Amino acid sequence: MELTGAEIVVQCLKEEGVEHVFGYPGGAVLHIYDAFYKQDDVKHILVRHEQGATHAADGYARSTGKPGVVLVTSGPGATNAVTGIATAYLDSIPMVVLTGQVPRPLIGNDAFQEVDSVGITRPIVKHNFLVEDVKDLASVMKKAFYIATTGRPGPVVVDIPKDVTAHKTEFSYPRDIKVRSYHPTVKGHTGQIKKALDIILDAKCPMIYTGGGVILSNASEELVSFARAIGAPITNTLMGLGAYPASDEQFVGMLGMHGTYEANMSMHNCDVLIAIGARFDDRVTGNLEKFCPSATIVHVDIDPASISKNVKVDVPIVGDVKQVMEDFNKLLQDTKKRPDAAAMKAWWKQVNEWRAQDCLKYDTDTGTIKPQYVIQQLHEATDGDAFVVSDVGQHQMFAAQYYPFDKPRRWINSGGLGTMGFGLPAAMGVQMAHPDETVVCVTGEGSIQMCIQELATCLQYGLPVKIINLNNRFLGMVRQWQEFFYEKRYAMSYMESLPDFVKLAEAYGHIGIKVEKPEDVRAALDKAMTEYKDRLVFIDFITDREENVYPMIPAGAGLNEMILI
Amino acid sequence: MNRKHIISILLENESGALSRVAGLFSARAYNIESLTVAPTDDETLSRMTVVTSGTEEIVEQIMKQLNKLVDVVKLIDLTESSFIERELMLAKVEATSDARSEVKRLADIFRGRIIDVTDNTYTIEMTGKGEKLDAFLTALSSISIYEVVRSGAIGIGRGEKSLTL
Ligand SMILES: Cc1ncc(C[n+]2csc(CCOP(=O)(O)OP(=O)(O)O)c2C)c(N)n1
Repeated sequence: MELTGAEIVVQCLKEEGVEHVFGYPGGAVLHIYDAFYKQDDVKHILVRHEQGATHAADGYARSTGKPGVVLVTSGPGATNAVTGIATAYLDSIPMVVLTGQVPRPLIGNDAFQEVDSVGITRPIVKHNFLVEDVKDLASVMKKAFYIATTGRPGPVVVDIPKDVTAHKTEFSYPRDIKVRSYHPTVKGHTGQIKKALDIILDAKCPMIYTGGGVILSNASEELVSFARAIGAPITNTLMGLGAYPASDEQFVGMLGMHGTYEANMSMHNCDVLIAIGARFDDRVTGNLEKFCPSATIVHVDIDPASISKNVKVDVPIVGDVKQVMEDFNKLLQDTKKRPDAAAMKAWWKQVNEWRAQDCLKYDTDTGTIKPQYVIQQLHEATDGDAFVVSDVGQHQMFAAQYYPFDKPRRWINSGGLGTMGFGLPAAMGVQMAHPDETVVCVTGEGSIQMCIQELATCLQYGLPVKIINLNNRFLGMVRQWQEFFYEKRYAMSYMESLPDFVKLAEAYGHIGIKVEKPEDVRAALDKAMTEYKDRLVFIDFITDREENVYPMIPAGAGLNEMILI
Repeated sequence: MNRKHIISILLENESGALSRVAGLFSARAYNIESLTVAPTDDETLSRMTVVTSGTEEIVEQIMKQLNKLVDVVKLIDLTESSFIERELMLAKVEATSDARSEVKRLADIFRGRIIDVTDNTYTIEMTGKGEKLDAFLTALSSISIYEVVRSGAIGIGRGEKSLTL
């Protein structure tokens, strides 16, 4: 059957099993919107800003593992989407972003609402396409989904000129697609895996360090079996929280700049480091020269370019984490060799001494609401089973530190790009994918104002996100750095003239609650989770103004040089 | 230690492929000494040659990052085994009085060809490794050079192995 380009776009989305598209209309995509109007299979969610669309699709993808889909118009629609595309790119989130483009005859003429979307997004996408012929549209769409979701996932942009969406062609969706220049390695090298296992089983002080790759690859179960068999302490990066149950004895907390003392000390002192789906980010390693000085390093990652990029690795294993962990687990079953029990006992004694430092303790009798306390109460009020979506700043670190995650895909944050404004729209996407689950957005009065307009979207689609605003009247993370490294010169880190968030929430048709005393924290949370279960609730917690995130590794220091409280 | 590497790439012959490679080098602050690209006998493919320099670690990263680009079909670091390198140069130089015969003599020694002549200038065509072309320009010493156009290096591996699909 002959279809227009616009109809083909919608058909392709159906073929891919896409249920939700987050977008915003405009001239260049009107044909596509018209095609959307004429069907009910793919639901379009109208956001209030294209940045919101990308973050919502991103949150949707992070919480489900399915690709997020975005539709925006040319020019300003595309440029508004850029921050969200970059956010997804840095965290390797599968996403397909359809951008409208001016008609082909106008391209290059500085036409109305023309920007070079392919050029602008090139460095922040896994790949992108400009569709120059309606005959290519279906195969490009197929390639876009294929590339976005396989190998190391990432966002793919498809730029579609308006005239292409009007042209007609015979439609058939390709069943399989081959891209001759794209062959991600999924199966790890058996020899390398054997070699790695030998080294791991010979270790006296092994340490497991895992990142977002474990979550992307749905490899939590395999990781748990592996970690149990090895018996080593295990830490997760900010991106990897929930991949290993936080309530398990072997879990020593998050590592890195605001990681726990026990995680960072175990890293620093281990003799074999097993890095899985992690990329040795600078917020994790601290000073590279001081990183894991006596460790033999095994690194499992699907992206060869991640291996030995920042830290020289001794045993690289390129492959999909899930498959590689399965291989490890099979080998562990087949071998009689076991970890050195005496050495492990001594190692754990040491690790537990570090743990006894209780580095996450904080002063509880100040009479003010401590942000840490709010998060702990939130954990209880949600039975530790909420989807926690965060913005960027101190509140993000508090959430990561004080909400122990026992399941993957429950902790959703912008780790790589650190995008303020991510929280609310991402939470919206998560809630759209999980209508019956509790979704909370932990944010600050700075971050929430960056995408606050999405409150309207939440009303339109009945998304009962619970917003936990840790309101310290400061751009807290900036202020903390200024306190530590700029002698308290608080340049522009102070939020003057804050809105009345309760009224603001109400103006958008939601419930607003202000909490000023520690003793009211829990009641407000409980009320939000029960009485207002089906409503969006904005809880404005007036928190301790100058609370800091501890522990902290200052820039240039090693993992063993933490500032404790 | 920084060393020169010549990376030969088979690239999809598609619009934008060149900017992906060029953009990668600038975004990641990799060195780029020269870059040439042209279609091959297979019209769907371009062959690109990039001359870069860096430590072993950096060049390893460059190779991996290039390989990650979806438009890159295959690549090799020619400098890892024996190879042939060539560059084409066109140079317009002074050719008055004494210089006229001197330029001719030097061009002959370096196996260059004079391909355009005016009363005051010679235009010389020369191919070879980059160092040879450099040496020729140095040898001209006091003779004025008006214009130099170089193609950038291209290369091919020696022996029977070839970089094809
Ligand atoms: C879009 C964007 N701009 C600037 C920053 C730099 N930045 C990081 S944290 C932060 C302060 C965040 O303040 P708030 O949301 O109130 O959270 P708090 O740190 O107080 O918990 C800023 C400005 C950023 N991460 N993202």
